Amino acid sequence: MGSAFPAELQPQSKPRTRAAWDVYAVVSVGGTLGSLLRYGASLAWPGPLSTLLVNVIGCVAIGVLMHVITELVVAHRLVRPFLGVGVLGGFTTFSTYVVDALHLVLDHQPALALAYLVGTVLSCLLAVLVGVLAARSVARLFGRGDR
Amino acid sequence: MTFVLVAVGGALGACLRFHTDRWVQARHDTGFPWGTVTVNAIGSLILGFLAGVALFGVPIPVLQAFIGVGFCGALTTFSTFSYETVRLLLDGARLFAVLNVVVTTLAGIGSGVLGVVLAAAIWG
Repeated sequence: MGSAFPAELQPQSKPRTRAAWDVYAVVSVGGTLGSLLRYGASLAWPGPLSTLLVNVIGCVAIGVLMHVITELVVAHRLVRPFLGVGVLGGFTTFSTYVVDALHLVLDHQPALALAYLVGTVLSCLLAVLVGVLAARSVARLFGRGDR
Repeated sequence: MTFVLVAVGGALGACLRFHTDRWVQARHDTGFPWGTVTVNAIGSLILGFLAGVALFGVPIPVLQAFIGVGFCGALTTFSTFSYETVRLLLDGARLFAVLNVVVTTLAGIGSGVLGVVLAAAIWG
């Protein structure tokens, strides 16, 4: 490779703990897409309801995605970084959820804030389960059991 | 213009989340998702501060779009937090699952409040 050092003195290849540049690239592109989708949703339906809807949809999707790529198919190594970390990670948001609740408290609606905080967590956990079970059922319907 | 700010902020936030998660998860041996806890707390702190700036100081729309909607929105994640919790539950680690919900929400809300209070201390 044009180096002055003999091959045996070349630095060892980087440890596997460092992700390759292409993983960062697909995470970036996915993060952009997810963020724009979330922003679009917030323009269409402003307020905490939009955040709740975005987070629940993103959680159903991550349930489906993770079941498909861990149990049903051998996915390309960039699928999870792109769709899971990038698109769905960028689409769903925890910080807006927290600040939505703080705004409700500042608007003197502490009960609604608490309901929103607890309701979002419960809905999202349920949404992941629904996603996993839906993916499993559809796969079985088409004769594709778990790998 | 706002779309571009959200897009670039979102790319940066998602990358930093990915990087932070790997960095944190490589530094402990438990199955507890400290990486996601970390990014969610940091993002909530920054967004809380921005919300405080808008309430007590002067709202800066460019920063709200770039840092608020784009960067903080993508740095934090509800899908990974929920998936990791369900994963812990399904793997039989019930205590870790419950702890993950408690630690994440308390750290997130605490950080968000701290951000608002910091902004209030400066501009209030």
